[in-house]
Amino acid sequence: MTFPAQFEFLDEIRDFVAQTAREGGFAEKEIYFLQLAADEAASNIIEHSYEGISNANLDITCDVRGTILTITMRDTGKSFDPSNIKQPNLKADLSERQIGGLGLYLMRKLMDEVRYEANPKTGNLLTMTKRRG
Amino acid sequence: MEVTTQELKHCDLIKVNGRVDSATAPTFSKALEKANEAGHFKIVVDMSELEYMSSAGFRALLASQRNCKRYNRGELVLVAVPERIREALELAGFTELFKSFDDSITAVGSF
Repeated sequence: MTFPAQFEFLDEIRDFVAQTAREGGFAEKEIYFLQLAADEAASNIIEHSYEGISNANLDITCDVRGTILTITMRDTGKSFDPSNIKQPNLKADLSERQIGGLGLYLMRKLMDEVRYEANPKTGNLLTMTKRRG
Repeated sequence: MEVTTQELKHCDLIKVNGRVDSATAPTFSKALEKANEAGHFKIVVDMSELEYMSSAGFRALLASQRNCKRYNRGELVLVAVPERIREALELAGFTELFKSFDDSITAVGSF
């Protein structure tokens, strides 16, 4: 499915993931967290990869094979190096708490696997998987 | 998403309903900032009818909590946090930054 890379379409992106997960037999609580992971991933792409670009698209697939749900997101915006994104310090007190990096941190916590490949020809590909509980 | 602000005697009660994500978080942020701009730093955020909140909403809460707690002038507290949102806040390490109450009467009474 192709979605306009705009925050206003996050609702539809979450619905798309929820529908596939529901058909794949995932529990409602798992579906909530899959929606959250997809939202964080799409938000990051819209905010960072497509920074300053308003007419871009985001290609998203969501499939269940056996007990594994796989979400992919492909964009043609700026790529990034996930290893450069600092892990948020969850022990830091209020004044030192970092605001960035939280989305990627949550995606890694919520999913079993998060992979990112930057390719100048085909674009950036994010792949996230989760096994049904 | 819908945000309503009620100014009470000792604090502001801000109720946020529906879904807070990157599209709607700016409106939620504005409601929090507006209370601060009016000199109100004791804030109760009622989440009893909140369905969904992404890290965009968490960031809005964090920014407001920083502002409220500065100079010990107040605090932002949470009410009736739905279970899934609480779990996500926990994953983000945010639960220790906010006092949380089961109902708004107790939360309002804490100020």
